Amino acid sequence: MVDAELNSNVASETADLQSQSMEKSRGLWAQAALQLLHRPKAIFGITVILLLYGGGILAPWLAPQGYNEQDLFAVRQGPSAAHWLGTDFVGRDVLSRTIFSLRTNLIITAASVATGALAIGVTLGLVSGYIGGKVDTLIMRIGEVFLAFPGLLLVILLAATLKPRVLDWVRSFEDATGIDGLVQWGVADYLVIFGALAAFSWVGVARLVRGQVITLKATAFVEATQVMGASTWRVMFHHLLPNALPPVIVVVTMGMGAIAGAEVVLSWLGIGIQPPVPSLGSMIREGQDVSVLRNASHLILPPIVVVGLLIFAWNLLGDALNDVLNPRQG
Amino acid sequence: MTAFIVRRLLWLPVLLVIVSFVTFVLGFYGPGDPAEVRLGTRATPEAVERVREQLGLDRNFFVQYGSYVWDFVRGDLGDSYIFQGRSVRELVMPKVWISAQLGFAAMLISVGVGIPLGLITAYKQGTWLDTTLVSLSLLFLSTPVFISAPFLILFFAVNLGFFPVSGWDGFFSTSLIMPALVMGTPGIAGMTRLTRASAVDVLSQDYIRTARAKGLSEVTVQARHVLQNALMPVVTILGLSLAGLVEGAFITETIFGIPGIGRLAVDSIFSRDYPVIMALVIIVATAFVLANLLVDLLYGFLDPRTRQSVGGYGGR
Repeated sequence: MVDAELNSNVASETADLQSQSMEKSRGLWAQAALQLLHRPKAIFGITVILLLYGGGILAPWLAPQGYNEQDLFAVRQGPSAAHWLGTDFVGRDVLSRTIFSLRTNLIITAASVATGALAIGVTLGLVSGYIGGKVDTLIMRIGEVFLAFPGLLLVILLAATLKPRVLDWVRSFEDATGIDGLVQWGVADYLVIFGALAAFSWVGVARLVRGQVITLKATAFVEATQVMGASTWRVMFHHLLPNALPPVIVVVTMGMGAIAGAEVVLSWLGIGIQPPVPSLGSMIREGQDVSVLRNASHLILPPIVVVGLLIFAWNLLGDALNDVLNPRQG
Repeated sequence: MTAFIVRRLLWLPVLLVIVSFVTFVLGFYGPGDPAEVRLGTRATPEAVERVREQLGLDRNFFVQYGSYVWDFVRGDLGDSYIFQGRSVRELVMPKVWISAQLGFAAMLISVGVGIPLGLITAYKQGTWLDTTLVSLSLLFLSTPVFISAPFLILFFAVNLGFFPVSGWDGFFSTSLIMPALVMGTPGIAGMTRLTRASAVDVLSQDYIRTARAKGLSEVTVQARHVLQNALMPVVTILGLSLAGLVEGAFITETIFGIPGIGRLAVDSIFSRDYPVIMALVIIVATAFVLANLLVDLLYGFLDPRTRQSVGGYGGR
């Protein structure tokens, strides 16, 4: 009887301790969030990102006109009450096109980072660091090959060579399922660009996570978990991942700006999202011709300012996160 | 140490084979037939077939790749599909030189502005100057080439007429200034932050206090003890920044009409000039690997502590 009581006491105490430590761990993240909100850099970054991407998500409701709507009586006009940021060469509203371009950028950036950097990068980094041995060597060598490629050149090459195949594939998908308009909406473009960017963004994250995991693997708490019989999966995703996360968050946040910029570069080169779907890159390209700069400089300012602000906001936020999550590097 | 270098050098050909193979596969299965590209859209099927035979494109994939590698080893990079009668080598080499000059100028700007900024912020750590300059360097990082270039062209070339809008007149000319500035500014941020972090670390070390305590002049302390140690990590980023420079070159050279390898790469991808693409990918990949090796070696030379661990890594 006494034994049973004692056991239940111990059990309840352990449960208490566990819930306390849970609260404490939640407390750490909450604390980081709180610290973050006390930094002007972070506030500025978050506000700009929310405003720009929020505008992009709400584009169909927010934009004064459709991205392809033409007003042929108002071609290449400067800012006015009817068109706040003016119109382009075929009378399309620059403000509306900028807002819709942000949606394009958001979709590509979010999809590439979520799959390439986070899903593939984190998983391969965890596997590489925790399992080690030949698996580790293989993954890291593949990563080195990717790093040896001139990044942008490979992305351009991938996008240029993959595109016709993906286009065929999307067409046959349309035929098979009877869904219309996929090609017209530029689904193939999205797939190509997102694939090319994702293929590239995993290496840095994988290396970072691997380094973290190798350090963590030698700590007592991981050994304890292993001794208690936790599965490899559980050790990797429940114990190693949360502890390896802070630097990853910083790097990924900073990388968001770079990926957003890469989308712009690709469509600037003409291999990204194809017209008529608007993109910041193609807007910049249209506006940067010397004769256009001379006569209609209002065309290039909106996309340039928006891209610059966006990348700056991501970098500021990443910097603030670095201060909060990796205080030792200060 | 020797074992380490040998291992790294042995890895290079392996890497080049993989890189060239992947590029070859992309080219082989990619869109567009080089023979059709060369002859234009009105060519008869027979003519296309003849050119395919001439170029050896009718052969099996592995035979084509094998013969490419064999020619490459003998120093023959093939002929361009588009610029007829010109070998890839004579097409690419002068452009490599132009891009190298531009890259060097850009790196000078990153280093020349970044390191002083980093040192200033480290000395003024925690003051308003520190915060402002670090944020400013982030602003530099956030102005990729395709943003800063139109701005500079609009103000300094179109409105003020200080510099030519585009073109290339050699290293010592006004045509270099805008492209180099545009390519160099994003790198300032990394240089500033790294220099700052490392200088802040060095300044708090005991040996700095010791140096001052034993009566060395402040100049000696700064030059011999602070600067030398603080700049060591900066060397590593020089190797890494090569990648950034190459990426910057694609866009910068295209915007400013500079006949370097960046513009050639973009042009040849669009015109499906695969021999040129192959050569460029291999050249750049080799440069990346060698630059990183050089950085590792330089680092070992500058910091004796890593020499030992590098040696250990080499399996001695």
